[in-house]
Amino acid sequence: MDSSSFLSQFIQQMINGISLGSIYALIALGYTMVYGILKLINFAHGDIYMLGAYAGFFAASVLRLSFFPSLLFAMLAAALAGMAIERLAYRPLRRAPRITALITAIGVSFFLDYTLILFVSPQPRTFPAIFESEIYRFYGIIINSQQILIFAVSLLLMAFLTYVVQCTRIGKAMRAVSYDTDTARLMGINVDKVISWTFALGSALAAAAGVLVGIYYNSIDPLMGMMPGIKAFVAAVLGGIGIIPGAMAGGLILGIVEAMASGFLSSTFRDAVAFSILILILLFKPSGLLGKNTREKV
Amino acid sequence: MLNKSLGQKLAAVGLSGLLAIFAAACGAGKKAPDGGQAIKIGVNAEMTGPVSSFGMSSANAMKLAAKQINSSGGALGRQLQLVFADNKSEPAEAAAAATKLIAQDKVAAVLGPLISSTTLACTKIAQDRKIPLLTPSATNPAVTVQNGKTLEYVFRSCFIDDFMGGLMADFAQNSLKAKTAALFIDSASDLSKSTAGIFEAFFVKNGGKIVSKEAYLAKDTDFKATLTKIKAVNPDVIFVPGNYQEAGMIVKQARELDLLQPIVGVDAWDSPKLFDIGGAAALNNTYYPGHYSPDDTRPEVQKFVKEYKEEYGVVPDTQAVLGYDSVFVLVDAIKRAGSDDPEKIRGALAATKGLRTVSGVITLDDSHNPIKGAVINENKEGKVTFRERVDPNP
Repeated sequence: MDSSSFLSQFIQQMINGISLGSIYALIALGYTMVYGILKLINFAHGDIYMLGAYAGFFAASVLRLSFFPSLLFAMLAAALAGMAIERLAYRPLRRAPRITALITAIGVSFFLDYTLILFVSPQPRTFPAIFESEIYRFYGIIINSQQILIFAVSLLLMAFLTYVVQCTRIGKAMRAVSYDTDTARLMGINVDKVISWTFALGSALAAAAGVLVGIYYNSIDPLMGMMPGIKAFVAAVLGGIGIIPGAMAGGLILGIVEAMASGFLSSTFRDAVAFSILILILLFKPSGLLGKNTREKV
Repeated sequence: MLNKSLGQKLAAVGLSGLLAIFAAACGAGKKAPDGGQAIKIGVNAEMTGPVSSFGMSSANAMKLAAKQINSSGGALGRQLQLVFADNKSEPAEAAAAATKLIAQDKVAAVLGPLISSTTLACTKIAQDRKIPLLTPSATNPAVTVQNGKTLEYVFRSCFIDDFMGGLMADFAQNSLKAKTAALFIDSASDLSKSTAGIFEAFFVKNGGKIVSKEAYLAKDTDFKATLTKIKAVNPDVIFVPGNYQEAGMIVKQARELDLLQPIVGVDAWDSPKLFDIGGAAALNNTYYPGHYSPDDTRPEVQKFVKEYKEEYGVVPDTQAVLGYDSVFVLVDAIKRAGSDDPEKIRGALAATKGLRTVSGVITLDDSHNPIKGAVINENKEGKVTFRERVDPNP
């Protein structure tokens, strides 16, 4: 085992970073979709991710479902929660100034966190082992089956999302609403329904991320959404907020940068590096890595 | 162990001052104890309130200790009399209880309170009234040392938290034969940092080498990048002075990266959740310290466990052992002082050296903190087992 060689350490950090980054990417997609359509930064999105993790926990430990049914259950539960939050908290503010909706989003975020603490206590919970980890070794590089799972599920969901947005009627409607809401409404598109669907899709992806994290780290708690939520927001901005491939790229880049910063600089610099990237992007390319000046956004 | 807000502390100090004046006015008329009477020792304990389980265990063990000492002739030919006062687990009540014990009951010394927040509310009273206070289990460094000065009248018989760093360094070198170590510190916790600092000082002093120092933040979940970095330097042992939550994840992720060396921790690892989070297999070959283990084979321990079980029907917990030992530390001082004069007891307490107790051989240092050993627990196949004792040389 020559784990001390620079190359194998680099590859190992790459693997660590990609599994972390896939999670950021899944959460970032929800941010980006909602922003693309409503120009709203939905700060409660990280908490939807947490809700999804708890729904998965419920499915796996109480309903005793296996991995895929638990994942679907969590995604469905989070989709419904996302739609409900949009209906109750954001829709009444559709015509209000954007700052109002932003503050409301922060309020919703805290509401979700502390309501859950009320019901499930702030104690961390151990996620049931519904997907056993197996370790594969290649020339000193170690990959865990759960890391492969995270990456595979993320890729599949991203492909599915791309298909929905590009090839279905609702996707076409979403793009239309994103492009010009008023014109879309004049063309007979039910804008409220489209927005509702956007929240459902984004929330389902976040829930998938929550369940994957629960399986991978084996532990969930009601405040687990705060930091990943902010990191995913950074990822979305990094890739160009409102742009779906941008969120994926941003998430992966952020995960890899964090792993490299921890691995080759110091673990205490990790978050500093992540947020420095945000500042640099905002300074030099405010529209993000994949951002263009055109208005075609979803 | 528990800390209350500054406001509560201030309130406690203010209230205790008032009570002290009041109690002094009331108590002035009573007589001091005569030579032939029992030696009165106050016990200021958390008998009710959030940590009443500590209070019950300690009080039971202290009663047992007094009973045993009295049945073998007492101290200085006199019987011991424990005077109990309940502090309701609150700082203000603790201050009132300390004042009552000193002013009304005229005790020669006070044992307790048991936790840091309540003990901190009583240190000024002990200082002002010049009565020695010995806490069995308050671990906050500020209990005995405030503003850089050791409080003359305040002592403790448990080791302070960061002392565990030294114990684990000792264990890693002597028992695990480690020559190199990596530190993985919770950078949000001062305690974690100071414990790691003491580990490093001991480890380096005895010829070891710290090959990697890394940090994480409480609530982090992904440690693989840093662990990959630690793996590159391949230390003989990894020290993780953190809570069971992060420690469990660190151990799990380390094993997933084929980091199979021993991982040692601190007593904050002590939770049944550790196995849920880390997994039983991953936690094999990991160790953490404790004040006491009922499986310790030393005769003192086995004798105490047997006697306590006969008296109360349960295996004594850590708090019981610490309470029991505190009585013997105080009585040892009274015997050496040759008197129940508080001033002489104070001098004798400060000179406590090499006293054998259930939780280890106790020597008090200049800060009135004991230098004493600990037990090392080993996590084995999902169970916490007694591995050995470490007794550092003062």
